Amino acid sequence: MIKITANAFNPYTEIQQHQAQQSGLQGKFGATSLFIGTMRDFNEGQTVQSMTLEHYPKMTENQLGKIVSEAQQQWALLDSLIIHRIGEVSPDDSLVLVAVWSSHRGDAFDASRFIMEALKSRVPFWKKEQLTNNQQQWVAKNTDGYQNS
Amino acid sequence: MSIKVVYFASLKELLGHSETLLPTPTSTVSVIDIWQQANPDLTIPSNTLAAVNMEYVSLEYPIADNDEVAFFPPVTGG
Repeated sequence: MIKITANAFNPYTEIQQHQAQQSGLQGKFGATSLFIGTMRDFNEGQTVQSMTLEHYPKMTENQLGKIVSEAQQQWALLDSLIIHRIGEVSPDDSLVLVAVWSSHRGDAFDASRFIMEALKSRVPFWKKEQLTNNQQQWVAKNTDGYQNS
Repeated sequence: MSIKVVYFASLKELLGHSETLLPTPTSTVSVIDIWQQANPDLTIPSNTLAAVNMEYVSLEYPIADNDEVAFFPPVTGG
Protein backbone atom coordinates (compact mmCIF):
# COMPACT_ATOMS: atom_id res chain seq x y z
CA MET A 1 0.00 0.00 0.00
CA ILE A 2 1.20 3.49 -0.87
CA LYS A 3 -0.09 6.60 0.88
CA ILE A 4 0.79 10.25 0.29
CA THR A 5 -0.62 12.42 3.05
CA ALA A 6 -0.73 16.07 4.05
CA ASN A 7 -1.61 15.03 7.61
CA ALA A 8 0.78 14.13 10.40
CA PHE A 9 0.95 10.36 10.90
CA ASN A 10 2.18 8.01 13.59
CA PRO A 11 4.23 5.34 11.80
CA TYR A 12 3.87 2.82 14.62
CA THR A 13 0.08 3.09 14.64
CA GLU A 14 0.01 2.82 10.85
CA ILE A 15 2.13 -0.33 10.94
CA GLN A 16 -0.04 -1.94 13.60
CA GLN A 17 -3.27 -1.10 11.79
CA HIS A 18 -1.97 -2.26 8.42
CA GLN A 19 -0.65 -5.52 9.81
CA ALA A 20 -3.93 -6.23 11.61
CA GLN A 21 -5.90 -5.66 8.40
CA GLN A 22 -3.77 -7.96 6.22
CA SER A 23 -5.18 -11.37 7.00
CA GLY A 24 -2.81 -12.96 4.50
CA LEU A 25 0.12 -12.07 6.71
CA GLN A 26 -1.09 -13.96 9.77
CA GLY A 27 1.19 -16.87 10.57
CA LYS A 28 3.24 -16.26 7.42
CA PHE A 29 5.63 -13.40 8.20
CA GLY A 30 8.79 -13.95 10.15
CA ALA A 31 10.41 -10.61 9.44
CA THR A 32 9.29 -6.99 9.37
CA SER A 33 11.78 -4.32 8.42
CA LEU A 34 10.98 -0.65 9.03
CA PHE A 35 12.54 2.61 8.02
CA ILE A 36 11.13 5.81 9.47
CA GLY A 37 12.46 9.16 8.30
CA THR A 38 11.92 12.04 10.73
CA MET A 39 12.40 15.77 10.25
CA ARG A 40 15.51 17.19 11.95
CA ASP A 41 15.81 20.75 13.21
CA PHE A 42 19.18 21.17 11.51
CA ASN A 43 20.65 20.69 8.06
CA GLU A 44 24.10 21.50 6.73
CA GLY A 45 24.98 23.66 9.72
CA GLN A 46 21.75 25.66 9.76
CA THR A 47 18.77 25.59 12.12
CA VAL A 48 15.57 24.59 10.35
CA GLN A 49 12.27 25.81 11.77
CA SER A 50 9.88 24.06 9.40
CA MET A 51 9.75 22.58 5.95
CA THR A 52 7.37 22.31 3.00
CA LEU A 53 7.27 19.13 0.95
CA GLU A 54 6.10 19.47 -2.64
CA HIS A 55 5.47 16.58 -5.02
CA TYR A 56 4.36 15.76 -8.54
CA PRO A 57 0.95 14.11 -8.06
CA LYS A 58 0.45 10.84 -9.95
CA MET A 59 4.11 10.58 -10.96
CA THR A 60 4.90 10.14 -7.27
CA GLU A 61 2.51 7.21 -6.95
CA ASN A 62 3.60 5.78 -10.32
CA GLN A 63 7.26 5.81 -9.36
CA LEU A 64 6.63 4.33 -5.92
CA GLY A 65 4.55 1.57 -7.51
CA LYS A 66 7.36 0.74 -9.91
CA ILE A 67 9.89 0.65 -7.09
CA VAL A 68 7.73 -1.74 -5.06
CA SER A 69 7.30 -3.96 -8.15
CA GLU A 70 11.07 -4.03 -8.65
CA ALA A 71 11.54 -5.00 -5.00
CA GLN A 72 8.93 -7.76 -5.32
CA GLN A 73 10.81 -9.17 -8.31
CA GLN A 74 14.09 -9.29 -6.40
CA TRP A 75 12.99 -10.40 -2.94
CA ALA A 76 10.28 -12.65 -1.50
CA LEU A 77 7.99 -10.00 -0.01
CA LEU A 78 4.62 -10.71 1.53
CA ASP A 79 3.52 -7.08 1.83
CA SER A 80 4.72 -3.50 1.99
CA LEU A 81 3.49 -0.17 3.33
CA ILE A 82 4.93 3.15 2.22
CA ILE A 83 3.72 6.47 3.61
CA HIS A 84 5.17 9.85 2.63
CA ARG A 85 4.24 13.22 4.03
CA ILE A 86 3.64 16.33 1.92
CA GLY A 87 2.84 19.94 2.85
CA GLU A 88 4.00 21.78 5.95
CA VAL A 89 6.06 19.74 8.40
CA SER A 90 7.79 20.51 11.70
CA PRO A 91 10.81 19.00 13.45
CA ASP A 92 10.08 15.54 14.90
CA ASP A 93 7.29 14.92 12.35
CA SER A 94 7.55 11.60 10.54
CA LEU A 95 8.31 12.25 6.86
CA VAL A 96 8.44 8.76 5.44
CA LEU A 97 7.69 5.18 6.45
CA VAL A 98 8.87 2.13 4.53
CA ALA A 99 7.72 -1.17 6.04
CA VAL A 100 8.09 -4.57 4.43
CA TRP A 101 6.95 -7.98 5.58
CA SER A 102 8.56 -11.23 4.50
CA SER A 103 9.06 -14.73 5.82
CA HIS A 104 12.82 -14.24 6.28
CA ARG A 105 14.99 -11.33 7.45
CA GLY A 106 17.29 -11.13 4.44
CA ASP A 107 14.44 -10.28 2.10
CA ALA A 108 12.98 -7.78 4.58
CA PHE A 109 16.27 -5.95 5.27
CA ASP A 110 17.37 -5.80 1.65
CA ALA A 111 14.01 -4.80 0.21
CA SER A 112 13.40 -2.01 2.73
CA ARG A 113 16.83 -0.55 2.01
CA PHE A 114 16.29 -0.82 -1.73
CA ILE A 115 12.88 0.85 -1.57
CA MET A 116 14.14 3.70 0.61
CA GLU A 117 17.22 4.42 -1.53
CA ALA A 118 15.16 4.28 -4.73
CA LEU A 119 12.59 6.62 -3.20
CA LYS A 120 15.36 9.08 -2.35
CA SER A 121 16.75 9.12 -5.87
CA ARG A 122 13.69 8.66 -8.11
CA VAL A 123 10.41 9.76 -6.54
CA PRO A 124 9.49 13.39 -7.29
CA PHE A 125 9.33 15.03 -3.87
CA TRP A 126 11.12 18.28 -3.02
CA LYS A 127 11.86 19.93 0.32
CA LYS A 128 11.93 23.65 1.01
CA GLU A 129 13.36 24.65 4.37
CA GLN A 130 12.26 27.60 6.47
CA LEU A 131 15.28 28.64 8.51
CA THR A 132 15.20 30.41 11.87
CA ASN A 133 16.78 33.51 10.30
CA ASN A 134 13.62 33.94 8.18
CA GLN A 135 15.37 32.69 5.04
CA GLN A 136 13.96 29.93 2.87
CA GLN A 137 15.94 27.51 0.77
CA TRP A 138 15.28 24.47 -1.40
CA VAL A 139 17.23 21.37 -0.48
CA ALA A 140 19.47 21.02 -3.53
CA LYS A 141 20.04 17.27 -3.48
CA ASN A 142 19.86 14.25 -1.25
CA THR A 143 23.01 13.00 0.46
CA ASP A 144 24.29 9.42 0.47
CA GLY A 145 22.75 8.98 3.91
CA TYR A 146 25.88 8.97 6.05
CA GLN A 147 26.92 11.75 8.43
CA ASN A 148 30.64 11.39 7.82
CA SER A 149 30.95 11.08 4.07
CA MET B 1 -4.55 19.68 -29.18
CA SER B 2 -1.53 20.84 -27.26
CA ILE B 3 1.52 19.97 -25.20
CA LYS B 4 1.27 20.64 -21.47
CA VAL B 5 4.53 21.69 -19.85
CA VAL B 6 4.78 21.62 -16.04
CA TYR B 7 7.49 22.74 -13.63
CA PHE B 8 8.16 21.97 -9.99
CA ALA B 9 10.03 23.22 -6.93
CA SER B 10 12.92 25.66 -7.48
CA LEU B 11 12.45 25.56 -11.25
CA LYS B 12 8.82 26.64 -10.87
CA GLU B 13 9.95 29.55 -8.69
CA LEU B 14 12.71 30.51 -11.11
CA LEU B 15 10.25 30.67 -14.01
CA GLY B 16 7.44 32.25 -12.00
CA HIS B 17 4.79 29.80 -13.18
CA SER B 18 3.96 26.12 -12.87
CA GLU B 19 2.45 25.34 -16.24
CA THR B 20 2.47 26.33 -19.91
CA LEU B 21 0.41 25.06 -22.81
CA LEU B 22 2.16 24.88 -26.16
CA PRO B 23 0.49 24.29 -29.51
CA THR B 24 1.11 20.89 -31.05
CA PRO B 25 4.38 21.06 -33.00
CA THR B 26 4.11 20.65 -36.75
CA SER B 27 7.31 18.61 -36.93
CA THR B 28 9.05 16.01 -34.74
CA VAL B 29 10.41 17.63 -31.59
CA SER B 30 12.22 16.40 -28.50
CA VAL B 31 12.01 17.32 -24.83
CA ILE B 32 14.78 19.91 -25.13
CA ASP B 33 12.98 21.52 -28.09
CA ILE B 34 9.91 21.89 -25.87
CA TRP B 35 12.03 23.60 -23.18
CA GLN B 36 13.47 26.02 -25.72
CA GLN B 37 10.07 26.78 -27.18
CA ALA B 38 8.59 27.43 -23.74
CA ASN B 39 11.63 29.30 -22.40
CA PRO B 40 13.41 30.90 -25.36
CA ASP B 41 15.50 33.21 -23.19
CA LEU B 42 16.69 30.65 -20.64
CA THR B 43 19.14 27.79 -21.06
CA ILE B 44 17.93 24.72 -19.24
CA PRO B 45 19.73 24.43 -15.86
CA SER B 46 22.31 21.66 -15.99
CA ASN B 47 20.81 19.49 -13.25
CA THR B 48 17.24 19.57 -14.63
CA LEU B 49 15.37 16.26 -14.83
CA ALA B 50 12.65 15.61 -17.39
CA ALA B 51 9.61 13.36 -17.51
CA VAL B 52 7.05 12.70 -20.21
CA ASN B 53 3.67 11.41 -19.06
CA MET B 54 5.25 10.85 -15.63
CA GLU B 55 8.12 8.64 -16.78
CA TYR B 56 11.74 9.82 -16.68
CA VAL B 57 13.15 10.50 -20.13
CA SER B 58 16.28 11.99 -21.69
CA LEU B 59 16.24 15.46 -23.22
CA GLU B 60 16.32 13.83 -26.65
CA TYR B 61 13.08 11.91 -26.10
CA PRO B 62 10.52 12.58 -28.88
CA ILE B 63 7.25 14.32 -27.97
CA ALA B 64 3.79 13.31 -29.18
CA ASP B 65 0.55 15.26 -29.22
CA ASN B 66 -1.16 15.58 -25.80
CA ASP B 67 2.01 14.62 -23.93
CA GLU B 68 2.63 16.14 -20.50
CA VAL B 69 6.24 17.25 -20.29
CA ALA B 70 7.67 17.96 -16.82
CA PHE B 71 10.90 19.69 -15.83
CA PHE B 72 12.19 19.67 -12.27
CA PRO B 73 15.37 19.79 -10.14
CA PRO B 74 16.91 16.71 -8.45
CA VAL B 75 14.40 15.09 -6.13
CA THR B 76 14.86 15.45 -2.37
CA GLY B 77 12.17 13.35 -0.71
CA GLY B 78 12.44 10.89 2.13
